[in-house]
Order: sequence, then structure tokens, then C-alpha cells
Amino acid sequence: MAVCLVLALTGKMSASPAGGATTVEDVSRDAFTKPLANLEGERRSAFFVGNSFFNQNWVAAPASTTARDGLGPLFNTRSCSTCHFKDGRGASPEEGRPFTTALLRISIPGSDPHGGPLPDPIYGGQIQGQALPGVPAEAEVKVSYETISGTYSDGEAYTLRKPVYRMEHPGYGAPSPRLLMSARVAPAMIGLGLLEAVPEKALLDRVDPDDRDHDGISGRVNRVWDVGAKAMAVGRFGWKSEQPSISQQVAAAFQGDMSLTTALFPDENFTPGQEPCASLPNGGSPEVGGKVFDSVVYYSRTLAVPAARGSGDAEVRRGREVFNELRCAACHVPELTTGEWREFPELSGQTIHPYTDLLLHDLGEELDDGRPVFDASGREWRTPPLWGLGLVPKVNGHNTLLHDGRARGVAEAILWHGGEAGPSRDQFRSLPKADREALVRFIESL
Amino acid sequence: MHPFRFILPLLCLFPVSVQALDEGQPAATKSARLKTEVVRHYAALAGATCRDALQAAEALQSAIDAFLDAPSDATLSKARAAWLDARKPYLHSEAFRFYEGPIDQLEGRINGWPVDENYIDYVEGDAHAGIINHPELYPELSKETIADLNEKDGEKSISTGYHAIEFLLWGQDLDPKGPGKRSFQDYLTGPGATAPHPERRREYLRLITGMLVEDLKTVENQWADHRPDNYRAWFEASATHQSLRKILHGIAALGGTELAGERLTVAYETKEQEDEHSCFSDNTCTDVVEDALGIRNAYTGDYTCLDGTRLQGPGIADLLKETDPALADELGKQIDASVENARSIPSPFDQAFLGADTAPGRIAIHRTIRSLQSQTETMAKVASLLGVRDETQ
Repeated sequence: MAVCLVLALTGKMSASPAGGATTVEDVSRDAFTKPLANLEGERRSAFFVGNSFFNQNWVAAPASTTARDGLGPLFNTRSCSTCHFKDGRGASPEEGRPFTTALLRISIPGSDPHGGPLPDPIYGGQIQGQALPGVPAEAEVKVSYETISGTYSDGEAYTLRKPVYRMEHPGYGAPSPRLLMSARVAPAMIGLGLLEAVPEKALLDRVDPDDRDHDGISGRVNRVWDVGAKAMAVGRFGWKSEQPSISQQVAAAFQGDMSLTTALFPDENFTPGQEPCASLPNGGSPEVGGKVFDSVVYYSRTLAVPAARGSGDAEVRRGREVFNELRCAACHVPELTTGEWREFPELSGQTIHPYTDLLLHDLGEELDDGRPVFDASGREWRTPPLWGLGLVPKVNGHNTLLHDGRARGVAEAILWHGGEAGPSRDQFRSLPKADREALVRFIESL
Repeated sequence: MHPFRFILPLLCLFPVSVQALDEGQPAATKSARLKTEVVRHYAALAGATCRDALQAAEALQSAIDAFLDAPSDATLSKARAAWLDARKPYLHSEAFRFYEGPIDQLEGRINGWPVDENYIDYVEGDAHAGIINHPELYPELSKETIADLNEKDGEKSISTGYHAIEFLLWGQDLDPKGPGKRSFQDYLTGPGATAPHPERRREYLRLITGMLVEDLKTVENQWADHRPDNYRAWFEASATHQSLRKILHGIAALGGTELAGERLTVAYETKEQEDEHSCFSDNTCTDVVEDALGIRNAYTGDYTCLDGTRLQGPGIADLLKETDPALADELGKQIDASVENARSIPSPFDQAFLGADTAPGRIAIHRTIRSLQSQTETMAKVASLLGVRDETQ
């Protein structure tokens, strides 16, 4: 029987539900934690089991709970839910404070055999700020912010903050002097399965690297290494579209963030230059077995998107007009349709409103991190989905946006857009205050 | 932030008096009046249940004070008994959750679980674990410090609420046949002390018990009668279909998502003690039964208070009888079945979920999950039938 419980109980969907029949209506602190509305019976039960693994803290090996050991030796966090708290979004670190729900990616100039970032010979591809007893942590990462002042056309002043990162107390000697650093906040988990269900063709159809249609917007796919298939594939997850699938994203997070090995990434995340780490016991091979791993992947695919809110509101309606007038929708594409996915009928054939094209775009030197990832240059970033954005303050208690959380709210995020988005940003700066606020309201309503 | 700041602006949006809804066609008037009565009676049940939860928590606080004044087997037993007593009315009050009501605002502090016990105090194999044993990290224990630490490093990093108190009263449950066996000597500061940092453990227990009482007091205030500016006043003055929608959503979410999903299925699948709701005290079976009873209270409109007073009035059942008596009967039977199935789960729960799927305990848990899911599916039908789905957020 079709339950559609949340649909039925919490009211009629707005004219354009964010995630089609999977959409939940929830505006609470738990708005991001719900299973797909059309997920039923045993499949719904499996979601909750995945949720328990997502929330659980991993511990050092050996431990009495063999299903939960293997953390470290070097790690950023003990559980998925630390950074993706309530399946939501991580925050930018405060000045001088340790990173808690964000992390620092590193590499050196050049590329690995598959065209990916070249890891630092000692510190690898990511700084892990924590370690098990007996070995040093990699470093303390700190941020300071430079203030950039600007004004809207109507004379109202604003300030932006530009992050500068540094590594303090390196535990294994000096890293490469040519180290490239880029911070990442944990993105929200909602709707990932729907985005995976969008056919590759839908991405490729929008690709326009040479801007043949002269609209000023390019759009490229990132061609990345698919570890399981041992082949290049179209990337669609991660801030630079560096992961081709949810499963690889999850495995990479287990390895990179918690140093938990999986069948896909069987190696611990320390390098030969971090020799003391090799002497610590591990939690089995792999540490995250197939059943637990599959369960977390399933969970990540079946998290629902909350419905858009306030579509009947006049200011929100005006905001939508401004959104279109400024051509935000050229990249933040309002509507996509998912394909057929035999294992996931719930995700199949849904008309969804993620406000992304899942492609890379040049955001200019304003957001240039100088650290290429496969085909994505330092200036290029994947259009992030906008759905659920307005609920982040409720769910996560902050409103920091962009890949490193530098923007304090939607308006600042828009003001950071450069490159292809520069003209839209300039138009935003010229808008009357009421229209600027309406645009922000609209984006926060999605 | 004050958790109820949102209420005032909302009140401005809903100044409509209840009577206004009765000014329709005569045929519709009776139904509209019944709906209003259901909403008002539900609010009365919520008020009474939350008052009971508060009173039982205050009794728990007295018992814990007495225990800390003179730690002994006897005073610890009384404190544990008071904790078990305090759970019942709180679990009944969970039927009034899942729509951003007063409990939802504070639920993470009141009933956060599962608790990673080593976040709070020592565990087998790590005598120095937890906030209590790290004065260098948390030199001063205060309500503010502990509240800030709650859920700080993820959803299992629970520092407050019933289950944190439970851990401090029972300790880890390492006994397959019974609950945890923490000694009262963990709270002795002089000769006979069995664990480091007894002063901090005493202070921690005292503080989080006080916080629980304060939080439940806040909730009780919001559901109390005759307060012009509290949640109950707003709830009763809101359009009836909005409040009815909340009522149904609350009992459906508690049964279908929270109870059948998070609290039963996860433990059933993982067979891990850490995934049972009250893992230190082995009270999980009671938790399930009392939650199921809370759903029934809200459906039937019938609640017997701790002092024996019986509150009876129209519930969703009565409203549904007007529209579809057969469906009302079906849902009533399903809810009864869930209560009975929950009662059939053999205690302790952490043994009931072990073994093959044909083991009696696992059969009983699975049957409870299924019946909770069935009743929730029916509630979805009821929501459609009662027309409580025409919302714009």
C-alpha cells in the first residue's frame, strides 16, 4: 500500500515539490533526517538501520564492539553525524578555533596517474587534526579572515570575509613548501539519491565548454577516476564534482575523515612518511564490512528533501522573478527529471527541483582556491543544489554558505560569485534593497 | 535562544476565535464544534500528561538528592525506582511531539539517545573516559557547560537528559540477565570510593537532574491551561484543521517513524545493546509499551493521571466515528494490538532481540514493528478522510 505518510499527514504538496513523490514536509530541526516519503515497509526499516551507523561513534581497535572499531590512527572525526549533524551542513570554523565540521584538503602541484590531485608526500590529501593516543596528529588547521568591503549601488555597505588557512604544529615534519590548501565544509545529505538518479545524459546535454550558445555560461563535467570500475567517469558529488557516485563518496569519507578502510579503499590513510601510525592495530580488513558500508550508502541515497516553503508569499514570488531576471537559473537549474533506477523505484521518474545542473562553472578569481581536482580548475566549482538551504539555520544553528563556509548568508554567497556568474552578481548589487531581500527570501524558501 | 520566541509572531497570524468556526451551515456546525472539542481536549490531555511528567521528575530529583546526601544501596535503589516511575508519564507525553511543539524544542536535551556512555563517565576498559573524568578539559561543571556539550560531537554525544541520568544511576549494562550494576560507592568521596572524581560525578548527576526538571517545567508551562501567551493558547486558537493535522502527525510519527523505525527496527537489525532505548536500566520494554499507550491516549481522549483523576473527552476516535465508523473501529483495534504486541516482548529487550528470527523475542518485536506500521498507514488514510491536508507552509 502506498503510505506516503508524510505527504498525507502534513499536507498538500506545493505546486512544485522539491523532490517529487519523495518530498517530506518538515520544517523542524529534523527536517533533513527523514526517509523518502515513498519509501515503504522493509525498505523504510533499512533506512533507520543505516541511520544508526551514520550516527554511531567509531572507536579505536581493538574494542569489544568489533562492528564499530577501526577509527584512526589519523582522523578528523569519529562519526558521520559529527560533521553532517542531523544530516545537515557543516559550518566554517571561527577565527583561531579548531575545525570541527569542516576540513582542509591539500595537494601539491601536478596530478596523480588518473589526473586527480597529487597528494603531499607526507601528509596526503587531507589534514587530519586528531590522532589515536601514541601517534601525533597531523596538524592544527587555523583560519583567519580578511575583511573585504563593498557597497551596493544604493550605497548600502557590506563586508565579505576572505579566509586564509595555515597549518600549525605539524606532527610529521614540514609539508611541501608548494602546498595547495582548500577548505571544505560538510554538505547537507538531503536528496543525494535523487541527484544520483539524474541520467548522465541530462548533465552532458547541458555541457557547453566553449559557450557556443553565447549566453556567457559554459558548464563542464568533471571526468574523474571511478575506483570500482577502474575507469574515468562523470563526477557529480563533492564541491568539485570529484566523486562519480554516492558509494565512492561514502568510502572516501570513511577513509579520509575517519581512517576506516572499506573494500573500495582498503588502505589506511597514513603515508610511509608517517611511520609510527603503522605500528597501531587496525580494526580488520576492511574495517567497515560490506553490510555496514552498504547500509550507510543506502541511507545516503534515501534521505528525503523537505518541501519548499512559502510559495504563496508575495515576497517569495517576487524573489523567484528576480532569480530568473538575474539568470541564476542558468546554472541553478530549477527542474530536472530522474531516470529509471531498477533498484530504487522510489527515486525513479521523479520531477525534482534541486536548483543545480551538477556541472562545473568558472566562478572567477574571487573563489579561486588554486587547487585543481581532475578537470576542475581552482576557479571552477560544481553548482551546489539550493534545496533546503533556508532550513540550515534551524537544523545546524548557523547560516554559513559556499564550499568553505566563508559566506554569512545567501547575500554574501551571491556577492562572492565571479567569473561566469559575475554579471549576475553585478546585477544583484544594483538591485533595489527590496528585490535583493526578495531574492534571498526566495532562495531560503526552496 | 528562548525556545518559544516563535510563538508571539505566530499568534498575531491566528487571532481567530474558536467560535468563528461555528458560524457555518447548521449541518457543518456540529462537526466543526466536535473538531474544536477534540482539539481542546487533546490540549487538556497534553497539559495533564506534561504535568505528570514534571511531577514525576521532581520526585526523581528528591530521590537523587537523598541518594547524594547519603549514598547507599537503599538510597540508590530508591533513586532508580523514581527514575523508572518518571519514565512512564514522559513516554506518554511523547504522543505530543513531532510538530515543533513544546517538547520538540527541548527533546534533544530531555530524551537524547543513544548515549555514548564514555562521553560522560568511565566505561569498562577506560577508567578515565568522559566529561566527569576530564577536569583539565572541563574544569568547571555547570548547567551551561553541560548543555553546550550535548550533541556537540554528533548525535550520540549526549550529555543530558533521562538517559544520561540512567547511565549515572545504573552504569553500563554488562549483565545479560539484568541491568547495569553501578555501585553507590562511585558516589563516595572518602573511604570506600570506587571510582575517580566522585565529587564531579555527584555534581554532574545533580546538575543534569536539575536541568531535566527545568526543561520539563518549561514544557509544562507551554501546555498549561489559562495562560494567554503559551503554546496551548495558540494551539487552541489556531484553525482546527491545523491543530488536528498536528495531532495526527504526532501520533503517526511517534508510532511509525520513531518507535517502529528508530527504536525497534534498528535494535532488531543490529542486535546491539547500544541501540536499545533504555540500555542501562533494561527498561526498554516498558518504554515501548508506554509510548504505545501514549498514542492510544491521544486517539481515544482517555488518560488517567498519576493522582488517579481520569480525563475523558472526545478524541480523534470520536471524530472519525462520525465520518467512517468502520475505519475508526479498525484503527482502534490496530492501536490496541500494538499495545498488546509491545507487552508481549519479553524483558530484557537486549536478550529478546538475539538469536534467529524464529526466536520468540524477535517474533514479538517484529510483530510490534508491523502493527505500529499498520496503524500508521491507517492514520495516513484518516488524515485524508478528515481533510487535514490542505496546508501551505
